[in-house]
Amino acid sequence: MNITRLLTASTALVATATIASAESHVEMANEMTIVSWGGAYQESQLKAYVEPYQEMHPEVSITWDESSAEAVAKLRAQNEAGNVTWDLVDATAADAMRLCDEGLAMEIDPDEDLAPAPDGTPASEDFGEEMLVSDCFIPQIAYSYTFGYRNDVAEWDGKEPTSVCDVFDTETFPGQRSLEKRPHNNLEWALICDGVPYEEVYDVLETEEGQDRAFAKLDTIKDETIWWSSGADTPQLLADGEVVFGSTYNGRLFSLIVEQDQPVNMMWDTQSYDLDGWIIPEGLDEASLARVKDFLYFATDTQRLADQAKYISYGPARKSSAPLVGEHAELGIDMAPHMPTNPENSKGAFVQNYEWWADYRDDLDAKFQAWLAQ
Amino acid sequence: MAALPPYASTGQKVWHYSYLVICAAIFFFLIAPILIIIPLSFNAENFFTFTPEMLALDPEGYSTKHYRDFFTNPDWQVPLWNSLKIAPVATFLSVALGTLAAIGLSQPHVPFRRAIMAILISPMIVPLIISAAGMYFFYSRIGLQGTYWGVVLAHAALGIPFVIITVTATLVGFDRSLTRAAANLGAGPVRTFFKVQMPLILPGVVSGGLFAFITSFDEVVVVLFVGSAGQKTLPWQMFTGLREQISPTILAAATVLISISVVLLVTLEVLRRRSERLRGMSPG
Amino acid sequence: MTDSATTPPSQPMAVLPGGEVTEDGPMLAADGRPLKHSLNRALRREKLRAFLLVSPLLIFILVAFVAPIAEMLFRSVENQIVSETLPRTVVALREDQNLPEEAPGEPVYEALYTDLFIAAEYKSHTRLGSRLNYEQTGLSSLFRGTGRDVGRFDTDIYTDQFIEAEPALEDPVAWSNWMADEEIRAALPQTADVWDAWVKLTVEANEDDPLEEDVEDFVYAALYRDLANGAAPAGFPDVDVSGFETVSIKALFEESDEDWVDPQIWQVIETYSPAYTDGYFLNSIDMMNGPDGDAQMRPDDERIYLKLFWRTMWMSLAITFSCIVLGYPIAYLLSTLPLRSANVLMILVLLPFWTSLLVRTSAWKVLLQQQGVINDTLVWLGIVSDANRLTLINNATGTMIAMTHILLPFMILPLYSVMKTIPPSYMRAAKSMGANDWTAFWRVFFPLSIPGIGAGSILAFILSIGYYITPEIVGGTSGVFISNRIAYHISSSLNWGLAAALGSILLALVLTLYWLYDRIVGIDNVKLGG
Repeated sequence: MNITRLLTASTALVATATIASAESHVEMANEMTIVSWGGAYQESQLKAYVEPYQEMHPEVSITWDESSAEAVAKLRAQNEAGNVTWDLVDATAADAMRLCDEGLAMEIDPDEDLAPAPDGTPASEDFGEEMLVSDCFIPQIAYSYTFGYRNDVAEWDGKEPTSVCDVFDTETFPGQRSLEKRPHNNLEWALICDGVPYEEVYDVLETEEGQDRAFAKLDTIKDETIWWSSGADTPQLLADGEVVFGSTYNGRLFSLIVEQDQPVNMMWDTQSYDLDGWIIPEGLDEASLARVKDFLYFATDTQRLADQAKYISYGPARKSSAPLVGEHAELGIDMAPHMPTNPENSKGAFVQNYEWWADYRDDLDAKFQAWLAQ
Repeated sequence: MAALPPYASTGQKVWHYSYLVICAAIFFFLIAPILIIIPLSFNAENFFTFTPEMLALDPEGYSTKHYRDFFTNPDWQVPLWNSLKIAPVATFLSVALGTLAAIGLSQPHVPFRRAIMAILISPMIVPLIISAAGMYFFYSRIGLQGTYWGVVLAHAALGIPFVIITVTATLVGFDRSLTRAAANLGAGPVRTFFKVQMPLILPGVVSGGLFAFITSFDEVVVVLFVGSAGQKTLPWQMFTGLREQISPTILAAATVLISISVVLLVTLEVLRRRSERLRGMSPG
Repeated sequence: MTDSATTPPSQPMAVLPGGEVTEDGPMLAADGRPLKHSLNRALRREKLRAFLLVSPLLIFILVAFVAPIAEMLFRSVENQIVSETLPRTVVALREDQNLPEEAPGEPVYEALYTDLFIAAEYKSHTRLGSRLNYEQTGLSSLFRGTGRDVGRFDTDIYTDQFIEAEPALEDPVAWSNWMADEEIRAALPQTADVWDAWVKLTVEANEDDPLEEDVEDFVYAALYRDLANGAAPAGFPDVDVSGFETVSIKALFEESDEDWVDPQIWQVIETYSPAYTDGYFLNSIDMMNGPDGDAQMRPDDERIYLKLFWRTMWMSLAITFSCIVLGYPIAYLLSTLPLRSANVLMILVLLPFWTSLLVRTSAWKVLLQQQGVINDTLVWLGIVSDANRLTLINNATGTMIAMTHILLPFMILPLYSVMKTIPPSYMRAAKSMGANDWTAFWRVFFPLSIPGIGAGSILAFILSIGYYITPEIVGGTSGVFISNRIAYHISSSLNWGLAAALGSILLALVLTLYWLYDRIVGIDNVKLGG
């Protein structure tokens, strides 16, 4: 390698960088492509922070790309090709962690990039460590995987399920169930209902015997289970009466029960928390980055996150937002009792271990798929 | 088979009618899903379910709100227009290049004919998911991913085998002495093509073009990868709809498209009969 | 039909059979040239013209379709990531003698220290971790965790001791002068290599000026190793390192995570260090590279792909077969009806074909589920009891029904076009000679329609083998195909190498079938209506 050339180049580079930083502020791009999930969730983001932001900055035009489900793969291909076209991506915590691992997402400094709480608490504390699960992840909401059940099943003789373990009780609660077609949550629930305490779940699941135990527990309901892969499945199956129990996102159940008025009840027991938030793709140009950071500072402040809860029943990721959660924008009902983070609901909540899953995902997924195919 | 001769035996009659019943059942199987879609698209609820009100034929259970949604909501209108912008251009590319190549392939002496044919047919035989992923990586690299032309080129490639197959099939029965006669009478190759060859292979070109069009218009796997928000097509919107929020608007959209297809198919049939009359062929 | 297109038709000019040579010499064309040449020239021109007509499309397909697929499939063997991220470690591992019984010796850890330090600055270590995690669970967090620690390893004792012994060694400018000297570089190979890497890193990843930065600890660690090996280049400060306090890098790694001294981990890194790997292909047939480097079967509870390939094959066959059973009567009916009525009925065949695949699949869901239309009707008719509703969806049955429906037009159209060419007089002739209806059909009509069955079958089979959206929606767990796993690995697990290997195998299967088909029937015989 030609070191002299490298050194000369580096001097030039440092020199330009100094000049650039000497300028007072960077020009902000006026176009922004935001990647999200579509549907009701994207609508809540639009109402709670994108529209207010555009009112403040009418020059900014925003393009939505509903590709969050393929975000990791698409971002990796864009990055490989050196042609990143997205400015801001909505991703689950697990995806954010993977994007960070792959070097596809930018690391952020919460205290510098995010607004403090109204009382001055720095963002890192307001979100808390349990929300900032990855160096690249800017949390928006906490949602949960939980069960809904039909409240009009004749065979149940008026009994109502109260615990997640009732899902595994086909004697008392006969009927089909729907579970997600991946190992996450299902293995944890199986172990918990097999008598493993919450805090030991991942230690047990690390061992071969623990995995066998979880699969054995799932075996007891395998024949009665329909496996879902998209968020719209369980609500449709419950509405059709095709299943009597179904796991899905709590927001879906909210809309099924409250907005669509279906004969379904919500079971908060052992709801499994998950997080959703933003990541900034690595490799943005300076102007786009400046715009994205400006938007994020606004969109993740205390009031904006609380506003989002008016449109969808997901809990704001900031502690300071919780007291500000108000009423549903259209139905006028109090939203707080429908939040997974509501103290009444979060009593028996289970928290996923993302880091653990990042290691065991490939292995357990192979085993899970092989188990399904048996 | 069309009509039973008067002297048919009882066994023949029984067989004849049971055969017709079997055929009717298969036709029913073919269109049953379509018959289901139409009433469900008038569902007053937001699910793909026949509600008790619908079964009781209660007008309360029916509503045209999903049609209103389809025709007014930009979530549906924008993809519809995108589809209408992408499919015809992709079809044009497939038909233009495909017809030319099919004529080339039908010449008596084509080197490596089998190999070339295999390559040209490949978009049809390569499993879609492999094509989608491959084009995604490659188009990202050359800056076509997420662009209008990227989607058009990808769809054109997918439509080409259909054009090749249908046009080659019409050319197999093509009487070459006609072009020689035209050449003999002093027509240049271009004139020969448009005046002699084209009108005769037109049915093949049209049917290949229709296949290419529908390939693009109904394609979801490749566009999901190669496209981005700006090229969101109707099938893409349906796919997200099915995945993210089930709404019978999808069924309303499908019903509208089915009606268009019926009109299109009937028009084609009428046109075909007319052209047959003009060409003096018997309608069979 | 194939023949007329592949074999040349008779030439317009009459040529004497047997050859052109007569007693008077070669036969001449009108312009006086030998006829043979003239014909050859015409033939060449014709070939060229045909080729020119084909070439625009050929180029288009090669660029827009074949190249992307070739590139995609190449990923199934590509594995440069290990040797690119850990170049020094890979070399050191090759020379190491300890494996597979025990963890490698100190030099490997020294190399890993440098590599990982640099990789962590570029943030490429986690990507490598994700890659190796496909082979060995736990490597993802091992690389992530140690990548965080490696910058804080206590290797500054070398730095401190060197600077104490010779203060000039602290100056990056002096360093850059030494490192520009070819003789010093030759004498201090490790140091030179690590220095270059540090300069590159400082400029590229940190965008700093190396001449103003403190030289990193790992450069001094490398210098210590070179000097301890007895190097004493002229022009470089003479430092006696014999009395230096040392630190075991291996121990530092062990402290960060004890998995680093697990020979199994190293075995995996060594197995996957070459630039090309058969690992993805082994995985896609449920095998793996075992601890001793030999290919072996995976444990029972992880075998899935062979099963899926097998299922994809037999279900596609079953779907093709049901398409024949359902398509044949319809095609026969259409071919015997007068054209006008046939065309009207043809609309019924084409209508589903023109209806969005997604919508048709969803409609099947509504029809087939336990509380769906079919079950409701059967219960209402009293054929099945309310408690024993049929399970028609979310299993192989669901996939079979929906796929048969989707592929049926692909069977009917070629069958119909072949049957239409069979003259009805053949059947009448057979009957007039005493055959009954069945014999006439079975001995005369059916054999003639076989090419149509062949064309339809291959079309249906090839299309069904690659489907994934329909099985995904209605297939449950027992009705999904190999394509579903390919899609999963492309969009969710990011294991693109495995996706490419599975895809290559699938493609090879399809191409074999296509080749067989082309041999037996000829691709020209595929007709899509018309």
